[in-house]
Amino acid sequence: MQRDMPTGPRPKDVYFFSTCLVDLFCPEAGLDAITLLEREGIAVHFPEDQTCCGQPAYTSGFGERARAVAQAQMQLFPNDWPIVVPSGSCAGMMRHHYPRLFADDPLLKARAEALAEQIFEFSEFLLDVLKVHWRDSGKPATVTLHTSCSARREMGTHLHVRALLAQLSGVNVVTQSHESECCGFGGTFSLKHPSISSAMSGDKVDALKETGAEAFISADCGCMLNLNHTLQKRGDSFQGKHLATFLRERLAAAGEKS
Amino acid sequence: MNAPENTQTLSFIPASEFKQRTTEAVADAHLRQSFRSAMDFLMAKRAAQFPDADALEAQRALAEHIRRYSLSRLPELLEKLERQLTANGIQVHWAENAEQANAIIVGIAQKHSAELMVKGKSMVSEETELNHAMEAAGIAALESDMGEYIVQLDGEKPSHIIMPAIHKTKQQIARLFAEKVPGASYTESVDELIGIGRAVLREKFMAAEIGLSGVNFAVAETGTLCLVENEGNGRMCTTVPDVHIAITGIEKVVEKLEHVPPLLNLLTRSATGQIITTYFNMISRPRQPGELDGPKEVHLVLLDNGRTQAYADEQMRATLQCIRCGACMNHCPVYTRIGGHAYGTTYPGPIGEIISPHMMGLAATHALPTASTLCGACGEVCPVKIPIPDLLIRLRAEATHDARPGHAPLVGQGAARSALMDFVWAGWAALYSRPALYRAFVWLATRFRFLTPPMQSGWTVSRTPLKPAPRTLREQLAGRHLKT
Amino acid sequence: MSARDSILRRLRAAPPGQLVLPPDVPAFYAAVREQAPATDRAARIELFCERMSFWRGEIVRVTPGNWAETLRVLCVTKGVNSLLYGPRGPHAATLEAAGIKGLKPYDRPVDEWKPELFRDTDAGFTSTRGGIAETGTLVVWPDDKEPRLMSLVPPIHFALLDANAICDTPFEAMSAQGWISDKPVAMPSNALFISGPSKTADIQITLAYGAHGPKELVILLLLGEGES
Repeated sequence: MQRDMPTGPRPKDVYFFSTCLVDLFCPEAGLDAITLLEREGIAVHFPEDQTCCGQPAYTSGFGERARAVAQAQMQLFPNDWPIVVPSGSCAGMMRHHYPRLFADDPLLKARAEALAEQIFEFSEFLLDVLKVHWRDSGKPATVTLHTSCSARREMGTHLHVRALLAQLSGVNVVTQSHESECCGFGGTFSLKHPSISSAMSGDKVDALKETGAEAFISADCGCMLNLNHTLQKRGDSFQGKHLATFLRERLAAAGEKS
Repeated sequence: MNAPENTQTLSFIPASEFKQRTTEAVADAHLRQSFRSAMDFLMAKRAAQFPDADALEAQRALAEHIRRYSLSRLPELLEKLERQLTANGIQVHWAENAEQANAIIVGIAQKHSAELMVKGKSMVSEETELNHAMEAAGIAALESDMGEYIVQLDGEKPSHIIMPAIHKTKQQIARLFAEKVPGASYTESVDELIGIGRAVLREKFMAAEIGLSGVNFAVAETGTLCLVENEGNGRMCTTVPDVHIAITGIEKVVEKLEHVPPLLNLLTRSATGQIITTYFNMISRPRQPGELDGPKEVHLVLLDNGRTQAYADEQMRATLQCIRCGACMNHCPVYTRIGGHAYGTTYPGPIGEIISPHMMGLAATHALPTASTLCGACGEVCPVKIPIPDLLIRLRAEATHDARPGHAPLVGQGAARSALMDFVWAGWAALYSRPALYRAFVWLATRFRFLTPPMQSGWTVSRTPLKPAPRTLREQLAGRHLKT
Repeated sequence: MSARDSILRRLRAAPPGQLVLPPDVPAFYAAVREQAPATDRAARIELFCERMSFWRGEIVRVTPGNWAETLRVLCVTKGVNSLLYGPRGPHAATLEAAGIKGLKPYDRPVDEWKPELFRDTDAGFTSTRGGIAETGTLVVWPDDKEPRLMSLVPPIHFALLDANAICDTPFEAMSAQGWISDKPVAMPSNALFISGPSKTADIQITLAYGAHGPKELVILLLLGEGES
């Protein structure tokens, strides 16, 4: 999980890979992430032909289908700029699984390995590459954090999210019990094993609510949608926010440029 | 003979019933609470053993190295083990499947006109359902590990490989003992309950002609069978009866004794958070002339039962690195919700999901590898670094596809294949690899979001329906100055 | 084809996979040792006692001059009416001279007296080959003079441990016995690491002692005269 961070001047340009979930279901998280990047003076490039990282087919055992989709994405980044992905799960797919997906094709494997080095999860990019230090003067708030499994175990970026939130002086972050435990989404798992998935999601929203926080923060739209829709079904107004949205709101509230 | 005829179908619930069982299990609040608190306890105990993450990583790397090295030389090490055990006076038997293994053990027992076999904890004997075979031959087979004794008394199977009776409360055990153990009165004192078991079982250790055990590590160079336990029943079974039969999977062999301490250390700390167990028992010979106790005969049964199928593939071979600590199940959010019985296999939890298909074939087990969110907790804690999530994905692929070119088909290869799923994924790939088509699709999805179906398969069981946003991100960005 | 040959044939037919070099376990432990603070005899003894006590092993510090008398007194206080010992064992003469009530020699094959061993023997006494500080462990090596069941069947196990024979780790204990070496000595028929009395947590993960083996483990820790 440890990686060498680029040294030298800050990049001027980045690609933004929004992920299919953000594109269709949580566009505001994508907009907020882009706004925050632009706020740092970065030119954000959005390759229009991007669709999905291919993870759903890959994890379902349909690697050949995932390859077709992954290969289409791999052509979209001609420059060696960082590719910022607002999801630990999709970033993990592109960074760690693309090279495996093309293991039997030397040319594509080399391309996938090069691409993997360009991939940055959103919070990782903010903290380790841009080295942001933000001042927060928003209203005091108490939130809790849901860390996605890929962020934690593939990307190691659960620490970055925590560190970014810690920069916000007005924000009190409380820890849920069983923080490292999965929310029960698991992509197609939630469709194939709804009873187990529901049990896990139910326990997770209970744990988040028990913290007494006003909202939970997640850097992964998959988990966030799973938990928010579980809460909605319960008629509960407690909801989660994407990290990008939360950060953007805090900085806007501080009266800084947005 | 290309496909090994070594797959045993046990009394297994068909894949179609797996969902039924898991649905019932998650609805059992009592069961959920039992497993939650037990797994929390075991996770905390393990975590306390590994305060230094770097040291743990170094130990895991060494343990993985030892296991991979042992497997890389497996056929040679098995022959070496056989030679050395034979030289030590221990008789070695080979079994391709459960039936052969049971026949060997029944045969030895019959040769000694045995009426009673006492058993130390052996998951491999659970795998072969040895107790049934013994009973069919008119020989009683009695479990002596306290947890195994309890589940056997109640006509059940273990729900955890280390803690067989973890699903039971002391009240349930108190009732069970009062009902089934002659002379036992109802008590909820754990000390008294253990005392009842102790008294019954000590009589049986004395009476039994045969003692059976598993093996944690078999050392090829010295011809030594190593057993790890806390209770002492393992020592009883391997020392008191005249005949000791050990049974193990062929993957348990290591080359040298020096390979054992690193594995032992991680085994006990990962399993129960103990730096060592009460007994670490190294058996190298039967009773020697002049010795006053110990078994007069020692046998080792080496079982394949699908392991060579896993071995035949370089990726799936990693499955055999397992040292059976159970940490993967202790940390598995799915196992914690459904418990061990719902899997319907000898080995539950993540390790069971990747090893059972080799033992029982994919036709019976293809649902198991799908019962995971791929959260990675299992792989993270595995002391020998088995990439369990990757193996789950691999088995999902094998269950839904023909064998890869140049690879022999697995037993039950393609058993979960469906024209519908092939069609769905082909359509999905066509959509997501053609940007124009994808753009048209999301444009329509946002424009017709009011048509979003209110029921969305498993998703809406406990969630409101997923509804596309009014406009996609890309559409909203199109109005900005963004570069593309 | 026999099962053996089929299994071996299938294993040999598998692709060899990546070459895996032999792991260097001694080097690993040597490196760990270098990083750890150096231990001395006193620290080893202290750690051994702490860890063994954690397992509920009872430590009694003794000297060459007083251990047998200490054992006699312990037998009286614990109500031991029969103490099993090896009449050809290394400490037989000392035990026999100590005036211990109910001293019972293990002098015939177990087959001839199993019921008495199981039902009517209160304690067993054995020597040990060493101890392990890190894990709180005794190294016990039963043989023709001190058979295997002495440390298992009687409800109390007394074990005499020479404090000089305590190693730091299981690896070092195996090395000290000569089992791990460039020219290893043959393993004994049966060798044991024993860490505390028998125990189980199989009922509701509640710890209970004396599951099948001894309920009590008493270590007579042999120190130099004047050291205890």
